[in-house]
Amino acid sequence: MQSSDFIGWFADIGLADRPTVGGKGGSLGELTRAGIAVPPGFVVKTSAFERFVQALEQEAPIRSVVEALHTDDLAGVTACSQALRARVEASALPADLEAEISAALAELCAEDANVPVAIRSSATTEDAEDASFAGLQDTFLWVLGPAEVVKYVRTCWASLYSTESMTYRRKQGLPEAGVHMAVVVQRMVDARTAGVMFTRSPTTGDRSVVTIEGAWGLGSSVVGGEVTPDRFVIGKITGEISVRDISDKHVQHLPAPGGGVEDVPVPDDQRKVPCISDEELGRLRDVARKVERHYGRPQDIEWAIDRSGGILLLQSRPETVWSVKDAAPVAKPAENPLLHVMSIFGGRR
Amino acid sequence: MNAPVKPQGAAKGFPLPSSMKVIPGTERAQAAHAYYMQFNEADDDRFWFYNSMHFPEPMSHFDMVTGEAAYCALGASNTRVQCLPTTLGIDQRIINGRVYIGGNAVTDPDEIARRTEEFQKRAFYYYANWERLYDQWKDKMRALIKDAQALPTPSLPEFEPLENVHAGRGIASNHWLLDTYQKTLEGYFRMWHHHFEFLLLGYGAYLTFFDFCKKAFPEIPDQTIARMVAGMEAEIFRPDDELKRLARRAVELGVDHKFTDGVSADDVLASLDQLGQPGKDWLAELETSRNPWFNVNVGDGFYHYHRSWNDDLSMPFAALPGYIAMVKAGANLDRPIEQLMTERKQLIEDYRELLSTDEERAAYDQMIELAHRVFPYVEGHKFYCEHWYTNLFFNKIREFGGLLAQFGFFPDGEDVFHLTHYEVEAAIIDLMTSWSNGSPPRGPVHWPPIVAERKAALAEWSKHETPPALGPVPDVIDDPAIVMLWGITRENLDVWLNAGTGLDSKEIRGFAASNGVIEGVARVVKSVEEIGRLQQGDILVCHVTNPTWAPIFQKIGAAVSDIGGSMSHAAIVAREYGLPAVVGTGTATQKIKDGQRIRVDGGLGVVTILD
Repeated sequence: MQSSDFIGWFADIGLADRPTVGGKGGSLGELTRAGIAVPPGFVVKTSAFERFVQALEQEAPIRSVVEALHTDDLAGVTACSQALRARVEASALPADLEAEISAALAELCAEDANVPVAIRSSATTEDAEDASFAGLQDTFLWVLGPAEVVKYVRTCWASLYSTESMTYRRKQGLPEAGVHMAVVVQRMVDARTAGVMFTRSPTTGDRSVVTIEGAWGLGSSVVGGEVTPDRFVIGKITGEISVRDISDKHVQHLPAPGGGVEDVPVPDDQRKVPCISDEELGRLRDVARKVERHYGRPQDIEWAIDRSGGILLLQSRPETVWSVKDAAPVAKPAENPLLHVMSIFGGRR
Repeated sequence: MNAPVKPQGAAKGFPLPSSMKVIPGTERAQAAHAYYMQFNEADDDRFWFYNSMHFPEPMSHFDMVTGEAAYCALGASNTRVQCLPTTLGIDQRIINGRVYIGGNAVTDPDEIARRTEEFQKRAFYYYANWERLYDQWKDKMRALIKDAQALPTPSLPEFEPLENVHAGRGIASNHWLLDTYQKTLEGYFRMWHHHFEFLLLGYGAYLTFFDFCKKAFPEIPDQTIARMVAGMEAEIFRPDDELKRLARRAVELGVDHKFTDGVSADDVLASLDQLGQPGKDWLAELETSRNPWFNVNVGDGFYHYHRSWNDDLSMPFAALPGYIAMVKAGANLDRPIEQLMTERKQLIEDYRELLSTDEERAAYDQMIELAHRVFPYVEGHKFYCEHWYTNLFFNKIREFGGLLAQFGFFPDGEDVFHLTHYEVEAAIIDLMTSWSNGSPPRGPVHWPPIVAERKAALAEWSKHETPPALGPVPDVIDDPAIVMLWGITRENLDVWLNAGTGLDSKEIRGFAASNGVIEGVARVVKSVEEIGRLQQGDILVCHVTNPTWAPIFQKIGAAVSDIGGSMSHAAIVAREYGLPAVVGTGTATQKIKDGQRIRVDGGLGVVTILD
């Protein structure tokens, strides 16, 4: 597994490589290198996108067209988006690039070319952590075979030319030459249960608990809000499970026979059964602590439990909502430590 | 001094004191309490709450002395000694045997500022010199105990002993009754001053850290904070440790076969006495342990009938067979103090790491340092005060009861506890007079009907529920003493106000004292005599949890109590034994029937009746 100009294997990359592998890719590499179980994969780096765009620019301009757009001309932006996305999705990759992606895929799926993979866009701009931008990115699940993989890599790239994305860049005045996208290609986890977890309480901001939400099947049902997940709160340090809200999980996302995922009803006798065992909650907490320690700040994590009970992480990013509020300290050290007791004896402040 | 706060604008309130009716037929028993403990009209303007934490059962007349002595001392410390900025002392009233108390808040900002200045000169000196003052406290406490132990057993000989006469003592035996009684009473009042010398300051320092943790970690369980602060070698663990030692010695001396379930303590003692040297050796070990460590009451020590292990060996002896079996199975019964200390240190370190900034960590370090400093007192004082001393006190009164009964004042020495402490003094002076002049005492005619009437009143009072609070609801409860000692907050009051009867509910809520979920058979144990009914794995349901019950924790599957907070010693013991516990449910012994299957969730603080 040799990384190259176009391909970066998870084991070879980290957060510092964000400019070339994007936020998601860098995070997966960082986790891999920290010894946390992540489904294996590689990143099609920004240089690949650049190589592709350069090839397209030879035929007809792209970046100058985007830069000339006016955000108040919605019809113009829409027409441009349709044209550019169609071009990106329809154009063949330069032969050397396609060969490298196929070779990496073959290596990733050593035993069987039809091993399912996930294709996930991985943006390079800092703003990508902003929810408004993150929402514009794409993930394609259960993709089978090299042709499909290359197709969805192009679809990810094409998403840069969505109306929303281009409008956002124009409003921000971002130069197109700096607009890149990396794409993650990663083996799929056949998840029995999957979901998200926060290394603090989303309601109180408490950093001493881990909040875990999960549902049956692939995590897309939870992330996409299609099912009300089971919700647990577990003490980060004590391991005490203080909240168990078991929901009625009516549907699960499972792999479709020809690729992709489909909604499948959850059997009646499973709907109200907890989808995570106490032992698994304990292991999720251990992973959450490890990841948070590694990054030194609270994290927002996507995870899956495979059919044999193994826990794998699919994503970890800094928690943003409460981190802003952390600015005010609960208490400051006092010159005379005894003055602290006045918070009890001094009456209402 | 400030007038008591007059709460205003309460839309919904508790019954006014003036609307409380003395239960018919008990009027004379009610009137026998001192005038200053009866509700009056002015009391309608104030907020009162039923002190069910310390006085959960109707009070017999003598036992009210505990309230008097305790509030006299608590108030003095708050109001005059430490000068707490926002609160003075506690007022108490009694109606239908129930003790209601009310705080005296300071609200004038200028007065608070003036008191704050005084407080810092006084309390901060205590904090700064805590270890030295606490060592001095223990010396004072031991001296006080020694004085109480030295008081003679009251007795009246027919003729003054000849040696007294020849020694020219000049004071006759009847005088020493009054002297001993007054010294007994004086010692009790004095003991409560010792009790409160550090208490509020200790709780306050602990609560400072507690509050910080609750702000930094809003979802942290109370019991986790308690674990961070709890000491490992507090006196309160000693009685149980002594039992384990006695179990080990029984095996070593080869007398362990005499300890079997269901055999009374007296029978065990008698059979050991006949066992020759090994039996005598074990009995000598028992004596070593008993003094002082069996001076623990099976309750909180506030009632005369909370007897100690020394008075009633059935509690410690009920635990011995279990400990002996564990010793023979090769178990190490020693509390793993080093391991517990390491765990505590790790817990503190782990939470510290989660704080956002070094600044917060520095504040955390300062607060926990102070909490650790004060905690030995918070944990340790109860053994000396509520257990050892109250036990000596009530037993001395019991001796007077015995003497009065001997002279026909009442049928049974225990009846003395149906008199107020003023009335006991009157009875003693009656006896002294009669002994001196040769006339029969008046007491044997005077007291028996009164005692009978009071017994009936007590039985009647215990049949009636009493409101949790009286008077208008204050806008805010900002009295650190009330919040600290009783855990009463404005939010609690809303819960009380909105509580229905709830008697048909299958779910009972309390403090989550110790983690774990367990289902089992409920054993509603109302007194120490019933301890023997507990079978392995039963769930103990009792009125008050108390550390002296620790030995039976080896037998039970979980513990549920009416009274107690997550900081109560029993909660700490439950955590040590790894047993689920829910404490402070208020009503578990009323709602749960003996033998019912229940589920205890010690992490959530919920008990569910399954039958």
